Amino acid sequence: MKDFRFWGLLPAHLLMMCTLIVPILIIIAVSVSTRGAYGGFEFEFSTDAYRQILFNEGWSGEMEFNPQYLFIIARTAVLAGLATLICMVLAFPVAYWITLQSAQMRTLLLFMVTLPFWVSMIVRVYAWLIILGNDGVIESALRATGLVEDMDTLLFNNGAMLVGMVYSYIPLMILPVYASIEKLDRALIEASHDLYGSRMTTLRRVILPLCWPGLGAGAILVFVPCLGTVLEPILLGGGKIMMMGNLIQMQFGGARNWPFGAAIAITLMCLVMGVLIVNGLRAMRQAQLKAESI
Amino acid sequence: MPCRSDAKLQNWPWTDDRDPGRTGLTRKGTDLETRNKAVEIRQVSKTFGRHQALETVSFDIRDNEFFTLLGPSGCGKTTLLRMIAGFEEPTTGQILLHGQSIQSLPPHRRRVNTVFQNYALFPHMTLEQNIAYGLENLGWEKKRRQDRTAEMLELVHMTAFALRKPAQLSGGQRQRIALARALAPEPEVLLLDEPLSALDLKLRQAMREELRQLQRKTGLTFVFVTHDQEEALDMSDRICVLGDGRIQQIGTPRDIYEDPANRFVANFIGETNFFDVEILSLDDTTARVRTPMGIEMTAGHRNLERGQKEATLSLRPEKIGLDDQAGGEIVTGTVTGVNYLGGFTHYVVRVGEADLRVSRRNAAGRPTTLVEGSKVRLGLQAEAARILGT
Repeated sequence: MKDFRFWGLLPAHLLMMCTLIVPILIIIAVSVSTRGAYGGFEFEFSTDAYRQILFNEGWSGEMEFNPQYLFIIARTAVLAGLATLICMVLAFPVAYWITLQSAQMRTLLLFMVTLPFWVSMIVRVYAWLIILGNDGVIESALRATGLVEDMDTLLFNNGAMLVGMVYSYIPLMILPVYASIEKLDRALIEASHDLYGSRMTTLRRVILPLCWPGLGAGAILVFVPCLGTVLEPILLGGGKIMMMGNLIQMQFGGARNWPFGAAIAITLMCLVMGVLIVNGLRAMRQAQLKAESI
Repeated sequence: MPCRSDAKLQNWPWTDDRDPGRTGLTRKGTDLETRNKAVEIRQVSKTFGRHQALETVSFDIRDNEFFTLLGPSGCGKTTLLRMIAGFEEPTTGQILLHGQSIQSLPPHRRRVNTVFQNYALFPHMTLEQNIAYGLENLGWEKKRRQDRTAEMLELVHMTAFALRKPAQLSGGQRQRIALARALAPEPEVLLLDEPLSALDLKLRQAMREELRQLQRKTGLTFVFVTHDQEEALDMSDRICVLGDGRIQQIGTPRDIYEDPANRFVANFIGETNFFDVEILSLDDTTARVRTPMGIEMTAGHRNLERGQKEATLSLRPEKIGLDDQAGGEIVTGTVTGVNYLGGFTHYVVRVGEADLRVSRRNAAGRPTTLVEGSKVRLGLQAEAARILGT
């Protein structure tokens, strides 16, 4: 039995090793190597790549503090956080509404929520270029009403990127939130009304607290890919506004600074791990509290 | 609590001018007729899609009454309760609470509280918070809220558990907290939706007594929904028997058992023997009928009409005398079945064309000697029988 467990799980372990652990080790190795003259890297230990995130080498060789990359990291975190928040606010009513439909309708609506995943991400983000772009749908509509004569482009700014991120990842919020609302006992809502709770009170004090697990799961599912997103900054940010994702991509591509790219990638990974660990610890503490109190 | 002080009522959100509910209370004492009616159901019916859950019904529930809605599942009893609470809207008719129509009020504006079938305690709140929830929504100030919560925990003997969560309680304890939560805001009427059905037998019997005492202590009007006839007989002041979306009978437990209005009621409440009988003669209160046992009997009736030829005779098994206890009309038969049930023994006796179920208490000094095949004398007394319209 024990043997079977070992041999049976071996393929899974091997797969994990080859596709996850080894690549991460390679990236870590690259991040502490030296930049090659024509791209690539040379095996020579150096922490330059990490130092480069915070410092610039001045003309005379001294290190100057350079917040440029910190800004990019901060912008990425803020945009990803904002996108997550907006997703929560938008997804909750949608998910709630879906739970109120008939069983058949629910299946159909949930299918429609996941429908965008059937289309390539690039195509979907590209569509926003047409919607937001010059002479795009929104601009033409505004012109047609005569309210706006001439306007700056709606594209190539933080807002456009945010729209793209929310649009791309909102299904990942709707699904877990839907699951948590679905599980909610309707009698609890009635009990709240029965005990003189208005609709708002019921939402605030009964429905939302009981749906936190779903919102939390959705938040992680949205926040993490938003941190590493590449397409939105390139297409909707016009490549002018950097986020961590395309910063990394640039280092491996145009800038030919593999160690630096790897160092940022590891930083991003640590950021994500940090969020997950904090979240995991909180969940564990809650489970512990529950176990203790019983 | 039976005499709710007016000072306490000051804080109710509907006791100010904005709310018409208040006027119903100030009229108390001046209008006896109105005061005596806690809830009035007027010409209420309910249709779900094409299915008529409740035909038009009208009745009153009086103040301080333990009123039970009894019936098999699907009879419309829960629908009625939910309409009083405001979770369902009557298709026609209206419902009055202490003389005021509550038709337009949403559930959170009605002065009634519900004990839900599965208690519906808020799992993320402590017991204390559960009980205080209604009071907070009513805008009670903190001190008063705390006092009332403590008082309620005391009332249901759960003070030591105040800071626990519902998941840590047993069924009976949850039941008590659900009661305390519903009683805390001093509702005018307490609605109970099969509150005992989730408990096991022993606990159910204990909670029956507790509920009854609680009702006496608080003097509140209880509207209790159940499908368990024993529960209903045990606890209620009055019972409304519902069947097929209609009211079958309203009356005291004794009325309903001893003098059922129709075959449905006689069948649903307790056990009985039914026989199709031919009416020989009829006056206002009694009728003489020919029975399939081969004898003629005279027994009371309730709503037979002149000219009616056929009726149903109902004979309660425990009211038929066996052997030495036989009195009244005597018939003889053969025992075809014996079921020993501890406190009682049930016999099936074949008399002529008919099978009679007879039950006899296993009293001391009276050993049961009857076995299958025994010849036995049965005494059918007029008081033991009722004649019902078909």
